[in-house]
Amino acid sequence: MSMIFGVPLAVLSGQLLIGIINGAFYALLSLGLAVIFGLLKIINFAHGAMYMLGAMVTVLMFDALGVNYWVALFLAPLVVGAFGVLIEYFLLRRIAGQDHIYSLLLTFGAALIIQGVLVNIFGVSGLRYTMPDMFKGGVNLGFMFLPYYRAWVIVAALVVCFGTWFVIEKTKLGSYLRAGTEDSQLMQGFGINVPLLISLTYGFGVALAAFAGVLAAPIYSVTPVMGSSILIVVFAVVVIGGMGSIGGAIITGILMGVIEGLTKTFYPPASSAVIFLVMVLVLMFRPSGLFGKEA
Amino acid sequence: MSANPDREYEQLRVSGLHAFYGESHILHGIDLVVNRGELVTLLGRNGAGRSTTLKAIMNMVGRRTGSIMINGEETMSCAPHHIARLGVGYCPEHRGIFSSLSVQENLTLPPVVRSGGMSLEEIYTMFPNLYERRFSQGTKLSGGEQQMLAMARILRTGANMLLLDEITEGLAPVIVEKLGEVLVALKEKGLTIVLVEQNFHFAAPLADRHYVVEHGQIVEEIGADELTAKQSVLDSYLGV
Repeated sequence: MSMIFGVPLAVLSGQLLIGIINGAFYALLSLGLAVIFGLLKIINFAHGAMYMLGAMVTVLMFDALGVNYWVALFLAPLVVGAFGVLIEYFLLRRIAGQDHIYSLLLTFGAALIIQGVLVNIFGVSGLRYTMPDMFKGGVNLGFMFLPYYRAWVIVAALVVCFGTWFVIEKTKLGSYLRAGTEDSQLMQGFGINVPLLISLTYGFGVALAAFAGVLAAPIYSVTPVMGSSILIVVFAVVVIGGMGSIGGAIITGILMGVIEGLTKTFYPPASSAVIFLVMVLVLMFRPSGLFGKEA
Repeated sequence: MSANPDREYEQLRVSGLHAFYGESHILHGIDLVVNRGELVTLLGRNGAGRSTTLKAIMNMVGRRTGSIMINGEETMSCAPHHIARLGVGYCPEHRGIFSSLSVQENLTLPPVVRSGGMSLEEIYTMFPNLYERRFSQGTKLSGGEQQMLAMARILRTGANMLLLDEITEGLAPVIVEKLGEVLVALKEKGLTIVLVEQNFHFAAPLADRHYVVEHGQIVEEIGADELTAKQSVLDSYLGV
């Protein structure tokens, strides 16, 4: 068996794959956070709860209505996105323009309430979600075994990330979002319905989190608390990438997943701390983040 | 609109306008009227409340009381994006060029609010520099070019009343001259223009009337034909 730095190739590539998959989730989640922060200037602490809702809605729709995975992939983000629009319209809008601490507390509180209600109903042990049949099994690449579903997660996450980046950076709609990020008041003075744009942007950002939740449902344990554990890591990723940078959020997300995976191979005890170590280093030497604009 | 713009048509009437930023009371009862096709300036010292008057018309200040009629319609309860849709084009003092947008994206950002706006070709003919640099980042332009862009941007929308805030500030004389030509051309098209201006020598030959603003109130109204007679009054207000 071939070895790299004293580690079997199969082990290394297996960890690398897990790293890329985790990275794909980090990328989807931090992308949504970056989109929301850009226009609304709020740090969405409810993002983990929205990711969890995406997974929960997928499971519940299947159990109650027999809604299959492919339909859920569209429907769950739509449902959660609509829920996000309601949160923006009835709650966030009232504290717009206030100090960051208000939106932080509000979204954090909303996340705790959503999570608490669901824990009350479903408990914290995981719900079962069966993987669609077509994803069962995998392919042997010679140096490693690649499960089909894991490959699909990577492809789906990359396509959605790239699509989002493309819409924001290259289209007319995206130019509204970019301009609104800089000066939303002037945008409104030009006749653009900025309050509507803000609602839809928040809805879209949380829909991305819900999409990640659907992808996670077949491979991770679906519980009401699944969002709170991943959220802290995702915030570290956003800090490393730089707040509000779309491309930066995607690249940093995947990069951090890989770094985490590699650490797990070479020095497992540090694997859960390595991202925070990178965050500390970035904050020390490049406080605005790897891809952030200098303030 | 008839071929001959109706000079009697009241496009803007501001009455008893007060405006506040938080606890600060900035405007203390502004009264002014602008008829269609007129070019009216707001003169006064820095901090007199001229820019705030324009912002208040756009509903971009904290709190306002009084009345602002646009085309005979009360707009005090309108959101800013509705005001723009009444045909108002606003060019802010800081120009508001978006750095994450290219020149062309900046130019096509504001939605068309009325028919009869200038086409991209017409705009590029009027401002050839913008055509050459249409793919550059908006804020990579020179100050003068950025000002041209900020003006051009609201001409595309078909707005028939322009609120222009300090458009000549900090620009080279040759650019100021070009802006003067642009304003003359716009006036000939029948556009209504409210100009906040520090540079009196720029504004004097262009304007039909001048309002002098001091401490958040209109203290003097001077017609273009009264300028010579009232020069000393004006000088005392402007402190020149």
